[in-house]
Amino acid sequence: MTATVRVTSKGVPRYSRNERVTHWIVTITFFLLALSGLAFFHPAFWPLTALLGGGVWSRILHPYIGIVMFLAFGLMGLRYWRENIIQPFDREWGKRLPDIINNRDEGLPEIDKYNLGQKQLFWAMVVTMLLLLASGVVLWRDLTAFPVAAIRIAAVVHALAAFVLMLGIIVHVYSAIFWVKGSMRAMTLGTVSRSWARHHHPLWYRRVAGKE
Amino acid sequence: MTNQWVDIKNADLVLIMGGNAAEAHPCGFKWVSEAMENRKAKLVVVDPRFTRSAAVADYYAPIRVGTDIAFLGGVINYLLANNKVHADYVRAYTNASFLVGEGFHYADGLFSGYDAAKRSYDRSTWAYELGKDGFVVVDETLENPRCVYQLLKSHYSRYTPEMVERICGTPKDKFLKVAEFIGSTATPERVMTICYALGWTHHSHGSQNIRTMAMIQLLLGNIGRPGGGVNALRGHSNVQGITDQCAYSEVLPGYLSAPTEADDTRDKYIAARTPKALRPNQMNYGQNFAKWHTSQMKAWFGDAAKADNGFCYDWLPKRDGAYDVLAIFERMFQGKISGFIAQGFNPYAALPNRKKVAMAMSKLKYLVVIDPLKTETGEFWQDYGDKNPVKPEEIKTEVFRLPVSSFAEDTGTFTSSGRVIQWHWAGQDPPGQAKTDREIVAQLFTRVRDLYRKDAGKLPEPILGLTWPYAIATAPSPEELLREMSGRAVTDVVDPADKTKVLVPAGQQLAGFGQLQDDGSTACGNWIYSGVFSQAGNLSARRDTSDPGGLGNYLQWGFAWPANRRILYNRANTDPKTGKPWDPKRGGISWNGKAWAGIDVPDIKPDLGPDSGAGPFIMNAEGVGRLFALGGMAEGPFPEHYEPFETPIGTNPLHPQVVSNPAARVYKGDMEAFGKADKFPYAATTYRLTEHFHFWTKHGVLTAIVQPQAFVEISEDLAKEKGIANGEQVKVSSNRGELKAVALVTKRVATLTCDGKKVHTVGIPIHWGFLGVTKPGYLANNLTPYVGDANSQTPEYKAFLVNIEKA
Amino acid sequence: MNMQSLNLDKRSATTTQPPDVRVAEVPVAKLIDISKCIGCKACQVACMEWNDLRDEIGINVGSYENPRDLSAESWTVMRFAEYQRENGDMEWLIRKDGCMHCADPGCLKACPAPGAIVKYSNGVVDFISENCVGCGYCIAGCPFNVPRISSIDNKAYKCSLCSDRVSVGLEPACVKACPTGCIQFGSKVDMIARGKKRVGDLKERGVQTAALYDPPGVGGTHVMYVLPRGDAPERYSGLPADPSISPWVAVWKGVSKPLLSAGLGLAVLGAFFHFVTRGPKEEHADEEEEKQ
Repeated sequence: MTATVRVTSKGVPRYSRNERVTHWIVTITFFLLALSGLAFFHPAFWPLTALLGGGVWSRILHPYIGIVMFLAFGLMGLRYWRENIIQPFDREWGKRLPDIINNRDEGLPEIDKYNLGQKQLFWAMVVTMLLLLASGVVLWRDLTAFPVAAIRIAAVVHALAAFVLMLGIIVHVYSAIFWVKGSMRAMTLGTVSRSWARHHHPLWYRRVAGKE
Repeated sequence: MTNQWVDIKNADLVLIMGGNAAEAHPCGFKWVSEAMENRKAKLVVVDPRFTRSAAVADYYAPIRVGTDIAFLGGVINYLLANNKVHADYVRAYTNASFLVGEGFHYADGLFSGYDAAKRSYDRSTWAYELGKDGFVVVDETLENPRCVYQLLKSHYSRYTPEMVERICGTPKDKFLKVAEFIGSTATPERVMTICYALGWTHHSHGSQNIRTMAMIQLLLGNIGRPGGGVNALRGHSNVQGITDQCAYSEVLPGYLSAPTEADDTRDKYIAARTPKALRPNQMNYGQNFAKWHTSQMKAWFGDAAKADNGFCYDWLPKRDGAYDVLAIFERMFQGKISGFIAQGFNPYAALPNRKKVAMAMSKLKYLVVIDPLKTETGEFWQDYGDKNPVKPEEIKTEVFRLPVSSFAEDTGTFTSSGRVIQWHWAGQDPPGQAKTDREIVAQLFTRVRDLYRKDAGKLPEPILGLTWPYAIATAPSPEELLREMSGRAVTDVVDPADKTKVLVPAGQQLAGFGQLQDDGSTACGNWIYSGVFSQAGNLSARRDTSDPGGLGNYLQWGFAWPANRRILYNRANTDPKTGKPWDPKRGGISWNGKAWAGIDVPDIKPDLGPDSGAGPFIMNAEGVGRLFALGGMAEGPFPEHYEPFETPIGTNPLHPQVVSNPAARVYKGDMEAFGKADKFPYAATTYRLTEHFHFWTKHGVLTAIVQPQAFVEISEDLAKEKGIANGEQVKVSSNRGELKAVALVTKRVATLTCDGKKVHTVGIPIHWGFLGVTKPGYLANNLTPYVGDANSQTPEYKAFLVNIEKA
Repeated sequence: MNMQSLNLDKRSATTTQPPDVRVAEVPVAKLIDISKCIGCKACQVACMEWNDLRDEIGINVGSYENPRDLSAESWTVMRFAEYQRENGDMEWLIRKDGCMHCADPGCLKACPAPGAIVKYSNGVVDFISENCVGCGYCIAGCPFNVPRISSIDNKAYKCSLCSDRVSVGLEPACVKACPTGCIQFGSKVDMIARGKKRVGDLKERGVQTAALYDPPGVGGTHVMYVLPRGDAPERYSGLPADPSISPWVAVWKGVSKPLLSAGLGLAVLGAFFHFVTRGPKEEHADEEEEKQ
């Protein structure tokens, strides 16, 4: 493998500065929330409370961080929801999932800015974020006072929604950092290589390149 | 109490009426619990409200406030009609068989001898028929129409269950059920105790409420018996002690009637108070009056009291009229009293008709308040808005507040309801400049005495001659005071039969009142306390829990007056002929052939056996219990139902022309201040809550937390009629004042039907006032009427009329 | 009281057996015989005194209940309920409310903070405040709605059964203060025996509905009631007839804990093994591609 030429000006712009900042806010808050949430979820993770300064601080900060994550993700949602509407060619692409997993990417149906997996993650995040927000508010004793019955249900909903979200994020992180090489720079430099764009998102690439 | 607290555990039936033991006496109530668990005793509660006591009772019956005599009269009628009396007991131990003189009669609510203008009776016809021997004529068959039994029967024949329902509002079936419970204890095997309190005393006929129950207990043969008796549950830890020592000016310590203006010589005074035996062979213990009184004068005036000066009898004040608390404040109201010392007393909160009391106290030149707390009395002149609407600028009374120790900060004795005198030790020193009551009174006295020494003044002798033998004149010790009450030999006390024999050497403490003399050789401050501090030491400090009989007598715990006796009249617990206990399992004393002996101190001369004919009621000249009270009660020898002075039905169904107590004293102005049912249609009653103690504990944070704010209890019916929702503020008004409080709407206050009218009851807990850490409240006594029981003058706090509306 | 000398039967958020080797611990219990309760609130005052608690001086809202509810400063309150029978006769059902000290405590199950809630081997369930993070999960876990979070320090509080007194051989303060003997304390075995005797007594008196309240749904409790109306515990101000840990709490703190944790772990492992078996999707250099 030869080294890629990292010439930014020649890359395909994928995310603006604002978009990248928003994404990383969600990323950071997500990790804080996931780790402190896990600490409350299972005793094995309890030491993770140290991340936010101990159990009490974790209890205090977790919901506020959650609000920040929700607001930041809300922005992302407003930005990207149109581009995440699932199209017929996405479904065709999805049928090739075994090939994709095994890195046999030749002859895949052409897709736009996001593939089916990304779109599914997007919608899963929308749903789980809403559930987490709603159940989180119910669980937030510092500021709210809901009946015990509601709190019990909210606790289960919060745990399940967080689980689904975390699963999704695990896939997302793996894909972006380890699996699909060249993805990461979209969120660091804001651009991807033409090759990456052509290869993974040809419809999008042509749209963007055409504009160029 | 004729019996004592622990003894309640020996009862088969506990009747709580005229009181709410669970609420006001939660600690003593444990013995009710014990009786219920261990003796399978039943608990019956009769009360205008379904109380905390009712909550744990086996049976509850409602009653209209102020109609207890009608209810209990109905019980007497039931017992006599259904032969539920302990016949042997009644025959031997009551005056059932005694004949009453021809002059006595009763008709339409009045007994013979009534003087309407004076509102009092000439009681001379309320007497026995005496034979030529000077003794009462008796008819053992109980058939003579003039015998007490027949008079009783005819008097209460009017109190049918229907009449009870009409007056009391108690449904007939419930009344009969209660009567059946009570009647079940007429057998020797079953005993009932009655626990009452201020629910009976706080009426214009309070004493007769209690008397009616005493008569029932005599008919059932329940007096003198373990688990029986007539038991006043006293409302303070030491209110028994304070009455024993004389809480008011009409008696001297030990219930010795104080002289009146008519008793101008000692001989007259003694003679009028020394009864002659009315039946042969009776102990007639009252014949010893001269010994008690003389010893008291020796305790007070010491060497100055001599036979040749009538033991200083002339130094005693002679009453020119009534000096009960209502009379004192009436005098104050009339401007006849210039100074008042309120020691451990909060009359501004505790007396009826606050407005009148405010006017009375405003006429004082000075008021001294001796209290550990800031009381309403000391603050009566302060404007606390509508909770105490007075104009300070118009009140000239100078108020001195002397901080005093609380009970836990001083050593001394408590006398419990069961007459047990118990020593207690100070838990800590009083705070700040507070002094003990003893020091304050001693300093007052020594300073007044100094003034008399210096400036002479009118009649200085009683002040200068008063014995003041304490080691520190300004601080007598509790031990010195108890020794003085208990008594000692001033000179050698010799055996009257054998003058050479010294019974008690001079200077020694007496063993008991049996050693008191009328010749000046003994000094005893209070004859009934005699023996509490003997040569054996301070017996009130004993804490031995040995209980050989298992009945809870605890003879080695403290000292019970009189003579450490735990159950009064205990001779009546035995069969009159054999002297053996009616119920062998609940024996107190029994006759062993030579003497009375057992697990209690015999209430009879130990060698007066069954053959002697001496009766068990040794303080009565006839030796038996009185179903017919002679001249002992102001309104008649048989209790009769009279309506409260403020009656919701406006009439007396038994005798409409005599509605309320004809012998009760009503002052000018107070009669006019009574309200009528047209403007004040609802029956009202005041009471305590278990969370609070009087007007003290509103100063305590913990008690304020558990009961923070004034409320009144009303039925759901009344709330609906008046559109009042639970928890809303309401205004309750009587013809004398008003208060505002939270309405507590409850099913526990029943709406009754009396004499064809619907009667609603408004229940008013008393504990709030304009001081304290609770939410500020109104004094309940804004509402109450200024009239008292005809005998004791205890105010009628428990039955009056109010109106209620949304505030 | 983190008493080193006490054995622990259970410890919150702890997956291994806490110290529990001593054999001398006798399970204890408090028995509240409602047939003897007069609602005097001496227990409330004793509780406040012993535990140095002072709730606010509230108001009356048309009830004998004060303070109005359990709180961080009121670990026990008397509940008063009126019930009218069909024949019009009244019942005034008075119940001392507070922690029931369940054998299977829902609060402890729900608690995420290790050692914030412990159950001593004698059965007492105790909150160890220094470990409490104030999340309030214990409230959600409790089938009796007992724990309360303090507005001052955000810690959860409830009756400790006076564990400090019990550990030195004294009875709880409320038991000591109860004037009628309605509240008794002793070994659970003795208290069950006494409770059964009292139920027998009451039945003999004609109270056929009497029953001992020791609900099996929570494994029994170390605070038991003798209920005259044992057929209808709800009448005592909502005492649950058959309490158990809510199924939601059971799911949340039961199966879901290991299952979801394992799920996450498997997802990470899955990704890792995907990487080592399949490798990444490599990216080609633009220039190289464009040259072709």
